[in-house]
Amino acid sequence: MVDETRRKKRLDRSIKVRTEGLYAISSGAEMFYLILPRAALIVGLLALPLFLDMYWQKVLCAAGVYALLSLGFDFLAEYVGLVCLGGAFFIGTGGYISGLLNSYFGWSGLLCIPIATLGGAIFSTLVFIPALRLRGIYFAIISFMFPIFARDIITTLNIFGGTEGISALGTLPNVWTEIYLILLAVIIALFAIRRLVNEDIGLILRGIKDNDQAVKASGISITSYKIKAMFIASLLGSFGGAYLSHKYGWVGISLFAMDFSILPIAASVMGGMGSLAGPVLGAFALTPLSEALRGFGQLRVVIYCFILIGFIVYKPEGLLIYFQRKYHQFELWEKV
Amino acid sequence: MDILIYGTVNSVTFALIALGFTLVYGVSRIPNFAHGSIYVLVGFLTYTFINDLNINYLLAVFISLIISSIIGLIIYRFILIRLRGLAASEIIASFAVGLIILEGLRLQGIGGFKGFIGPFYMLPTFIEGKISILGVFVNYQRLIIIGIGVVTILGMSIFTHYTKLGLSLRAIAQDEHAAMMLGVNSDRTAMISMAIGSALAGLAAVTILPLGNITPEMGYKVLIYALAICIIGGLGSWWGAVFASFLLGFSMKISTALFGAMWESVVLVGGIIFILLVKPSGLLGKQKEFEERV
Repeated sequence: MVDETRRKKRLDRSIKVRTEGLYAISSGAEMFYLILPRAALIVGLLALPLFLDMYWQKVLCAAGVYALLSLGFDFLAEYVGLVCLGGAFFIGTGGYISGLLNSYFGWSGLLCIPIATLGGAIFSTLVFIPALRLRGIYFAIISFMFPIFARDIITTLNIFGGTEGISALGTLPNVWTEIYLILLAVIIALFAIRRLVNEDIGLILRGIKDNDQAVKASGISITSYKIKAMFIASLLGSFGGAYLSHKYGWVGISLFAMDFSILPIAASVMGGMGSLAGPVLGAFALTPLSEALRGFGQLRVVIYCFILIGFIVYKPEGLLIYFQRKYHQFELWEKV
Repeated sequence: MDILIYGTVNSVTFALIALGFTLVYGVSRIPNFAHGSIYVLVGFLTYTFINDLNINYLLAVFISLIISSIIGLIIYRFILIRLRGLAASEIIASFAVGLIILEGLRLQGIGGFKGFIGPFYMLPTFIEGKISILGVFVNYQRLIIIGIGVVTILGMSIFTHYTKLGLSLRAIAQDEHAAMMLGVNSDRTAMISMAIGSALAGLAAVTILPLGNITPEMGYKVLIYALAICIIGGLGSWWGAVFASFLLGFSMKISTALFGAMWESVVLVGGIIFILLVKPSGLLGKQKEFEERV
């Protein structure tokens, strides 16, 4: 029962006002206040593999791939207004291009990954261009279909190894390259996208999300900006896919699996939509959870979905924004 | 002749699958991504009622239709009602509900529940046997599908045009605010539309499923067909959905006859992409035509 005679009052901490409101930082404490969350994330991520055993290091790599996907999903959904339910398509194209290059031409993984990242992103963007004219649920529906059709086409036409996939691909040199490649990619992508959304292009993209007719009326081609945004998001996904194919040394239709579309959404909702860092943290929290639940088989997906519904209905702001509030503000109860 | 008859059967199947989805979307603007799951769930419920509880066939069908509409009510009342108007959240939440149902059906070993895995689950047909029409053999079940499909389409169109409840559904679909001013309760109407939509999904399930096995994976396929038809016909457009299902049903049958079965999904994607390029609001989609196109 909520006590009606009092309410919660939130005030910004004075240090937040001083460091973020004014553009002059005068003391060590203020610099520390600004740097702490960012440094904690970077150092935490980079130091994490040192304390984990083999098995959990592998889980961390998978979590990194999901983090990239979640970042792309969050960027598209909150900054461009395209809810993309087909994250698996990016993973699939990136993975298949990298796997095909490796198995037909015998190029090494470190060469294939960049090519596949770029090629996969270009291919995915080209495929998505017809759908980019739509918005809202129309786009979501179409994007949901793409990975499923890609899987159908590969199995029915029996190309690229059909249902069995292509195995015996070259793997990455050693386990440390594996881990730090993906972790660095996550960190770079996170900070690059944060920088990007504060640039002019980010402003236009947010304008497209809020009122595309107004942006159009200003003489800006919204489709070309949507294509650019799509390209950025699919770069992240294709890199994840190319990386996965060389991590496992195998490419198959499971790269188009529903997991790659669902878990990033759950991670974004859980971490806090629109905060960019939130989805990354959400992915690093949810993937180990789903690994721990692996023994339960299908129950895993059911549990994700319960978490997803719980957060979306009862805590739509997400974890990161909650913690941000605690960090930046203090709360007190006052009488009404 | 072959193509004509089986194409018709195919088209009516699609229409049955898509009607529930387009009804819910047309009335309450909620894309019910749990549609396919309800379809599969009703199949399994009926199977369980008949085989494990030994209930009479018609009674089993009746009970599972009622359960499916109650599930629709619950989904709306407890989850979607909090998310009205947030398109992304609606999609995510209803999709999550659908996944819970579909993957839940495959759970194994919890409370002695075996999980529905493998091609062992079939519903009995209404009437066994087949008939020759102009030299083509057709199962009675396929004819029943056509019959039920036609009755449903006509019944729904009478319901939405000549009853008070149906008119209030259409009123909300056309202009929510004006309808609310005239005393139509928006939430209650949306809830009813979810219930009817789920019951339609269930009806489609018990009519179509006797032709094959029931597997949880079918849920995704049904959802995709429903979405494809609604996109081609124009989301929320009643006759557009019927028209699109005939278009798709025949074009898929013809392409299968000409090139082979694997071209089915290619025709589907090609059709969707073509429609999106030419007319993003769908063939007969008049509502909100301006808003969705960008």
